[in-house]
Amino acid sequence: MSAAATEIPYDMEPHPLTRMYNGKFGIWLFLASEIMLFGALFSSYVLLRVGAPEGTWPIIGAPTVLGHEILNVPLAALNTVILITSSVTMLMSWYYLKLNNFGKGQLFLLLTVLLSCSFLVVKYFEYNSKLHHYLVEFDAPLVVDGEQVSYSRTYPTANGERTVHYLHGHITETVKDEDGYVEYYKFAADPRKPDHGHGHEGDAGHGDAHAGEHPEIELRPGDYRRMSNWGPAGSTFTGIYFTLTGLHGLHILGGVVVMVYFLLTGGSMWKKLPDKYANRIECTGLYWHFVDLVWIFLFPVLYLL
Amino acid sequence: MSLKAFHLVFVVVVLLISLGVGAWGVRVQQVDGQGWPMQLGIASFAMAAITAVYGVWFLKKLKHVSYA
Repeated sequence: MSAAATEIPYDMEPHPLTRMYNGKFGIWLFLASEIMLFGALFSSYVLLRVGAPEGTWPIIGAPTVLGHEILNVPLAALNTVILITSSVTMLMSWYYLKLNNFGKGQLFLLLTVLLSCSFLVVKYFEYNSKLHHYLVEFDAPLVVDGEQVSYSRTYPTANGERTVHYLHGHITETVKDEDGYVEYYKFAADPRKPDHGHGHEGDAGHGDAHAGEHPEIELRPGDYRRMSNWGPAGSTFTGIYFTLTGLHGLHILGGVVVMVYFLLTGGSMWKKLPDKYANRIECTGLYWHFVDLVWIFLFPVLYLL
Repeated sequence: MSLKAFHLVFVVVVLLISLGVGAWGVRVQQVDGQGWPMQLGIASFAMAAITAVYGVWFLKKLKHVSYA
């Protein structure tokens, strides 16, 4: 078989039908499938939120149990700025390659990788704090040393009302018996939630009035009805939050892998076919802009609204 | 659509969402009286201004690069 027969057509020059080289056409087809993927998840978010019982979705200022305090808005805002900046550096990398300036092109590609890694590091801290924070539910108020440490919320039910008592905090130590079963948890409770009275109705009147520091308490299985961290199983909101941001994070990671590959192997490709290399960086840039756009929609939808 | 054209779309979306978040921050501050949404709103308006300036700079810098 001759070399001409195995050559990929329209690798660098535009195809007469699509008016773009095949690599770019391929990445746009891929991005179309990505729009469907994230579109389906955004639709799921909307349906879950619209169907959520009143007072159970974390809205800023509302007296929910897993409220907006589980979301770190400043960190998410920082990540938004990081990703927007990375899109600019990605564009500049392609631009300098088009100007035949390989050094600057690779420098901006390296900056994009560093910014992407910063995003992932910030995301790690955000996830870590949620996965180590627990919500405990009780049927009755939890009283320690004569002081009530839990706070309560009352929800309307088909038969009237139901009051649930809650405690947030961290497990500092898990004490097990000889058979390996949990005997009790040492639990550092968060300060009790203050009343939420920012013009919202609903459960605002059922919160306990005072906020303060709590001592470490012992929680034995059977003392509580449910204990869950703020992870995907914590609530419907945390479930969709981790699904959307986790999938987005995987896309970031995928982009980083591709960019690191080009950083390491770009030199040899540039020497042989500089236009082809610039095209590949353009395709990577298209993907990267899409991933950044997804985050720019995720930030207000998940963290603010 | 080239990376230049997609970047222009990106800049416009960032600009619009920054303005939206800014308006949201002002509104939440007025309704709830909380301080931090206002700070976020002001930061978003600043981001929108920076994005607008950047958009003009980017269009000038990549004037000779094709949109196709």
